[in-house]
Amino acid sequence: MGLADPTVPLAALLTRPDIRRGDALARVASASVPTGFAALDAELPGGGWPTGCLTELLPAHEGIGELRILGPALATLSRKGKRLAWISPPHLPYAPALDAAGIALARLLIVRTAAARDALWAAEQALASAACGAVLVWPGAVKYAELRRLQLAAEKTRALAMLFRPSRAAAEASPAALRLALATAAGALAVQILKRRGAVCERPVIVDLDSRTDALLPRVPRAVDRAPPSQSPVRSAHPQPCDA
Amino acid sequence: MRPGNAVSAARALAHDLLVRPRDPARETEALLGLAGWAAQFTPAVALELPDALVLEVSGSLKLFGGVDLIRASLREGCARMGFTVLVACAPTARGAAWLARAGVERYIGRADALPAALAALPVRIAVRAADTLEALHAIGARTVGDLAALPRDGLARRLGQQLLDDLDRAYGRLADPRAFYVPPAEFHARLELPAEVTQAESLLFAARRLFVQLEGFLAARAGGVRRLELRLFHRAAAATVVPIGLVAPSRAASHFTLLARERLGTVVLPEPVRALALAATDVVPLAGGNIALFADESGSPEDWPKLVERLRARLGSVAVHGVAVAEAHRPEHASQVREPMPAQEKGKRETGRVGLRPFWLLAAPRPLEEIGAEPHCGGPLKLLAGPERIESGWWDGDDVARDYFVAQTADHALVWVYRARGAATGWFLHGLFA
Repeated sequence: MGLADPTVPLAALLTRPDIRRGDALARVASASVPTGFAALDAELPGGGWPTGCLTELLPAHEGIGELRILGPALATLSRKGKRLAWISPPHLPYAPALDAAGIALARLLIVRTAAARDALWAAEQALASAACGAVLVWPGAVKYAELRRLQLAAEKTRALAMLFRPSRAAAEASPAALRLALATAAGALAVQILKRRGAVCERPVIVDLDSRTDALLPRVPRAVDRAPPSQSPVRSAHPQPCDA
Repeated sequence: MRPGNAVSAARALAHDLLVRPRDPARETEALLGLAGWAAQFTPAVALELPDALVLEVSGSLKLFGGVDLIRASLREGCARMGFTVLVACAPTARGAAWLARAGVERYIGRADALPAALAALPVRIAVRAADTLEALHAIGARTVGDLAALPRDGLARRLGQQLLDDLDRAYGRLADPRAFYVPPAEFHARLELPAEVTQAESLLFAARRLFVQLEGFLAARAGGVRRLELRLFHRAAAATVVPIGLVAPSRAASHFTLLARERLGTVVLPEPVRALALAATDVVPLAGGNIALFADESGSPEDWPKLVERLRARLGSVAVHGVAVAEAHRPEHASQVREPMPAQEKGKRETGRVGLRPFWLLAAPRPLEEIGAEPHCGGPLKLLAGPERIESGWWDGDDVARDYFVAQTADHALVWVYRARGAATGWFLHGLFA
């Protein structure tokens, strides 16, 4: 065995993907999908969303950008002809927005489930089938053992396995290889890496989602500063937006 | 215990023996089912009633990789359907049937080896009629070889020309034309269960036998099915019908079994099941699969329909769907649920760009508080972009007149809100940019 063999130099041993070093990011054997945000890529082992393992996203509130942060990666997979499975999403995924984000609707599968058990089952099936490039799951309340099952299913695939959980789940133990808590900071998304393979990440990564949002706004004037009040009768009823 | 023992003698040997009357009609039915299944190896399948099938395989040797592989496939397939078979090969159909009936599982490839092989068989294999058999035993003919050595004219005079013809056909001296079995256009098979069954797992075990039979039937026709119907028969209650739908035509027994497992898991049985029947009525053409030259990293193309079917089998077809962009201005009409596998996949974007749209659209717009003419959603909303005016739908009574804004909540989430104009007024939350 490699570990007992004295002729294997230490440096060679340290390149093994299953050895976790405290001072550096782990080397990742499986492929990664770039997130589309350079600041985030730099902090993730493998330089992107890892495939073949479970990734948890824990947004502080619903709607702060938990999908927009995935948008570029999902679009990349879509362009490569990969299929995406959305399992048990909390709301209706809105086709025009997905389309505008570059996600091929023809290769999108939405699974709606009544019970958490069904969502986990569907996620396991989707991961096991090798048909999907990414599996997005909103599982509701899950136990450690169930997450472990999903992690094992994810390890057998080359798909992204994204799990969306409420932020209070951050306190619970999880077998996921990557766990990100999402919060907002000064208009941008603050991504706190709770767990990753390799060194601990002390500070949150600031991801500016809105720069991409702005790019999608060519026909909608920025009401606050650009649109003259005379053209915007509604604005006159709101002289100043509330500064939160 | 041997065939031919009296029931009373058998009972004396095994007191808990279960005796069932033989049902020749059902035996023939099973043989017909096997013939349909065996037609995947050759189109020339003939029935050799009451208990044998004859397959002309010399044209199929190359395709299936030789006679040994065909014999192995036959044995394995029959075992999966719950039958034990004896397989013998010979240059003549009757010769092969005789060898198999005698339990001699040999492969005789050359015509000159056949007489020696047949000669060793007991004479009861060649002669069915009891009185003829008795007469042959009386003159000391114990084997087929003895029979063949008897003077031909005397044999024909005493025991009939038929016996001589049968012998000649087995030895290949007389042509032996057969009426080949023509499988029916639809698949129907029924299986009686040895005991009443209540568990889905045991039902699945029985159903698998029917699926294997169906697979052979479909392979023979180069077809597949999109819809199966499994009927479970009870003692008194009406049969339970379990339809199994497939997204794409298939003929793999393993695939049918997977789907049936999910479906049977959800079926509530009124009574134990005594028999089950499988029907496949619309057989569609299905080409055989090509094996990929290189391992494809995105999996095989069948994985996708299979996944959809598995999910649908357990969760119901409505729960598994795709979405499409519809040409509609009203936001709630611009996204439509559709089948998860559209026939042609469009590579390009489906619509031109409209305004910014949220990833999540709420099922129903949620009214927002209005404090000092400003919308509030857990705090004041900061309007970032807008208005985008949408007025549409006057023709179907569901008309909307709204000014949409992209707004930011106090906790920096981006939301899509609108101010209703016209009859209904007020602010509503309609989407989350997530």
